[in-house]
Amino acid sequence: MVTVVSYTARTRRTLQAILLIAAAALGVLAYALVDLGRSGALPENLLQIGIIAAVIVVVLQAVVMWRAPYADPAILPIVVLLNGIGLAVIHSYDTAMNLFTSAQIEYASRQLLWTILGAILAAAVLVLLRDHRVLRRYTWISAACGALLLLLPLAPIIGQENLGSRIWISIAGYSFQPAELAKIFFALFFAGYLVSRRDTLALAGPKVLGIHFPRWSDFGPILVAWALGIAILVFETDLGTSLLFFGLFVAMLYVATDRLSWLVIGAVMFLPPAIVAVTQVSHVRRRLTCWLDPLSPENYGPCEQIAKGLFGMASGGLIGTGLGEGRPNVVPFGHSDFIFTSLAEELGLVGAFAVLLLYLLLVQRALRAAVGISDGFGTLLAGGLGFVIALQVFVVVGGVTRVIPLTGLTLPFLASGGSSLVCNWIIAALLVRMSDAARRPAARRLGAAPAAPASGSASGPSDAPSPAREVTA
Amino acid sequence: MNKPLRHVWLVVSVLFLLLFGSTTYFHVIAAGSLNADGRNARTIYNEFNKHRGPIVVAGQPIAQSSPTDDTYGFSRQYDPGAMYAPVTGFYSVVYGFGGLERALNGTLSGDSDALFYQRLADTVSGRSPQGATVELTLDPAAQQAAWDALDGRRGAVVALDPETGQILALVSAPSYDPNALSSHDTSAVQAAWKQLNDDPERPLTNRAIGGDLYPPGSTFKLLVAAAALDSGKYTKDTVIPGPGTLTLPNSSSVMYNHAGGDATACGPQDQSTLQEAMQQSCNTSFALLGTDLGEDALASTVAEYGFGQRLQIPLSVSPSTIGTDLDGAQIATSSIGQFEDRVTPLQMAMVAGSFAADGRVMEPQLVQQVRTSDLSVISELTPRQLSQPLSASNAAQMREMMVATVEDGTGKSARIDGVEVGGKTGTAEWGEGRAAHSWFAGYAKSGERTVAVAVVVEEGGYGSAVAAPIAKDVMEAVVNP
Repeated sequence: MVTVVSYTARTRRTLQAILLIAAAALGVLAYALVDLGRSGALPENLLQIGIIAAVIVVVLQAVVMWRAPYADPAILPIVVLLNGIGLAVIHSYDTAMNLFTSAQIEYASRQLLWTILGAILAAAVLVLLRDHRVLRRYTWISAACGALLLLLPLAPIIGQENLGSRIWISIAGYSFQPAELAKIFFALFFAGYLVSRRDTLALAGPKVLGIHFPRWSDFGPILVAWALGIAILVFETDLGTSLLFFGLFVAMLYVATDRLSWLVIGAVMFLPPAIVAVTQVSHVRRRLTCWLDPLSPENYGPCEQIAKGLFGMASGGLIGTGLGEGRPNVVPFGHSDFIFTSLAEELGLVGAFAVLLLYLLLVQRALRAAVGISDGFGTLLAGGLGFVIALQVFVVVGGVTRVIPLTGLTLPFLASGGSSLVCNWIIAALLVRMSDAARRPAARRLGAAPAAPASGSASGPSDAPSPAREVTA
Repeated sequence: MNKPLRHVWLVVSVLFLLLFGSTTYFHVIAAGSLNADGRNARTIYNEFNKHRGPIVVAGQPIAQSSPTDDTYGFSRQYDPGAMYAPVTGFYSVVYGFGGLERALNGTLSGDSDALFYQRLADTVSGRSPQGATVELTLDPAAQQAAWDALDGRRGAVVALDPETGQILALVSAPSYDPNALSSHDTSAVQAAWKQLNDDPERPLTNRAIGGDLYPPGSTFKLLVAAAALDSGKYTKDTVIPGPGTLTLPNSSSVMYNHAGGDATACGPQDQSTLQEAMQQSCNTSFALLGTDLGEDALASTVAEYGFGQRLQIPLSVSPSTIGTDLDGAQIATSSIGQFEDRVTPLQMAMVAGSFAADGRVMEPQLVQQVRTSDLSVISELTPRQLSQPLSASNAAQMREMMVATVEDGTGKSARIDGVEVGGKTGTAEWGEGRAAHSWFAGYAKSGERTVAVAVVVEEGGYGSAVAAPIAKDVMEAVVNP
């Protein structure tokens, strides 16, 4: 069913302000509840955190009002809320570790610093990047940067192997997961590349057995992307990152060409290396075992982490133990890779659903922007970034809840880790920028409009603005 | 490009549906089995991270919890430990709970249904919840006297108030230090547990109420005498035969009148009154008396006194039993507390106490009062009568015989000046070439205060020499404080 909806020029800034204040207040409240639950006292730095939250809210609101007045009012509040919940759960992990074990850790305060940096960078992106279409100029530079970042962990000295996966780099004591940043660059590259080639990719080339095959000249970059995915898999032995990049690429390819055949080709190309990895690489094979049967006595030793995560979820039950009342310290990496089970233990099924719904809503806003935006590059970029968030959430949460084998990815905005948090804030800023472009009453603003009612896949790569778009109802 | 975007949204929705499904599965559907998994440390933490209520004797806590800053949050201390260990039990992070810690876990932890409103009030008012306080019926003086008198010998002492059923002393020796099992140092707990289980004296066994049942020996004659009085055919002055030896029916075995092959007859012309037979603990007299009464009468009598019942005091008490389908020889030996007669000391204290309580058997109970942390009373002991096997006048005859036994019979060492003391000794043979178990079951009455007591000392020898003095100490602690 297709209905025509014309955008009104309502900015919804007041709504965003209310949502932002509510989200930040919820985050601060959750943080305070952790300390109330764990030690019965309010956190000493509550005032400090409250001020930081207020400043972030004011800055974000001001920047959006200044530079992106028509932006989607829900994106930033969702991000702030997820970030706040993440901080509270990390704080809970910290306090549990400090109370119940001999360890003394402070992941939450570091995460707070990264939050500030992330918000600043997001604001900077909004201020400096007036129009997302500028980014299309950097298509091939993005490709180079992305590839470089992705291969950095393989470099000697700075490359670091951790728990069997080589996806970190370490410089001057700070470790960093370059794949997070590479994710943005690759989304830019794929969007820029595909938007200029989509027609040839979709239409040219031989047809074999009812499937359109691309021309060899178009196939090159695709092979490069595939080879890169395989390289990650083989040399960094990280199935998660590999899956993420390949999934991103295939999804964007599909959006650009509307050819289901690409999905089939992508799956067929990805399967053999994945099977090889599962059967040949011991630590990937172990993850497969732990996925299938982590609780049997012979597997329990190597699969302890996933089993303990499941115990945590079960202990949370329907409504959870309450913030600061659970035992997130029982699960190794309960602040980063397994933050979902820490959250699920303390907030229960209700909290887990709420967080998943927040992600779903965020992805929906991104895809909404992709539909609403008037240029092909923006559509591809917003769609790609939205999908990559969804895929990453699926790979992480699916990994700890045994839908798929566990991989070493981080949960966007929630998990402790600077590179992931900062990069996701940048993605959020890009989505805000593009949602602004999607919702802006362009016709009036630009004063010119061949208001061709664009329809579905026929929407061209032109930058022609259109006041009305089709959406499904 | 909107159609493929819609498809992407469809894919995203399906992926998230899978996540909602898997999350629901582990939070709700599989939660029960995961929480019950022995490898799930959280279940243990949740159990132990509670401010458990204390167990109190005469106003003094003998088991209490105090906050710690380790992973469990609270630790349990017992003071004094070993003397009360058979009652309190232990509270181990490795081996679970024992004793009252297990029997009253819901009350002590605050999880029982009776404490629902307390939990609600705690939640609403923001108080940190605390389990209920359990006040016991034990008399610390009696408990201490029994503990000191047993002095580490294998055996048990039970003292109770026969009018109310309140248990005043419950001692099993040798005992163990529950603090060693309730430590949070799991390797130390494992070592202590192994040592206790390897100990040939079996300190973890509660000899007073469970696990170990003893042949009652001559203390069983109290039940045979009671059955005889209750039949109406006998009084304490009825003359009954009591030869020096008795050849058991359909067998070549010979029963001697007294332990150790002593074939002295019970009186001139091989006969005596029932009272004289009890005073001297004549075996043949009671074997013939029991044979005359028959298996059915014996079985129904002992059942009225509580045999065959699994009492919850609220510790679980092993049922005492006598053999069934007895032939003539077996009835004869059963009548003197041998063959398949097996009793707990608690059961024998109930038997002795019933005669002091005009023939009524009261349900033995350990818990005087349960109250919340803010001192409101949840439940209070109410005396409950189990049965009345004997009329008051027949009970008086029993008392006369028992007093005579203590004044001028085998129970002389239980005598207390100025106090009415009645009782029956026992010397229970139980294994070829092993020393007999030493028994005493009796009561003391002084003014308003009455106490019934049963003592067993494993392989202690003659009840008159070993068990009776212990019983005297305990009774004295109650009636002559």
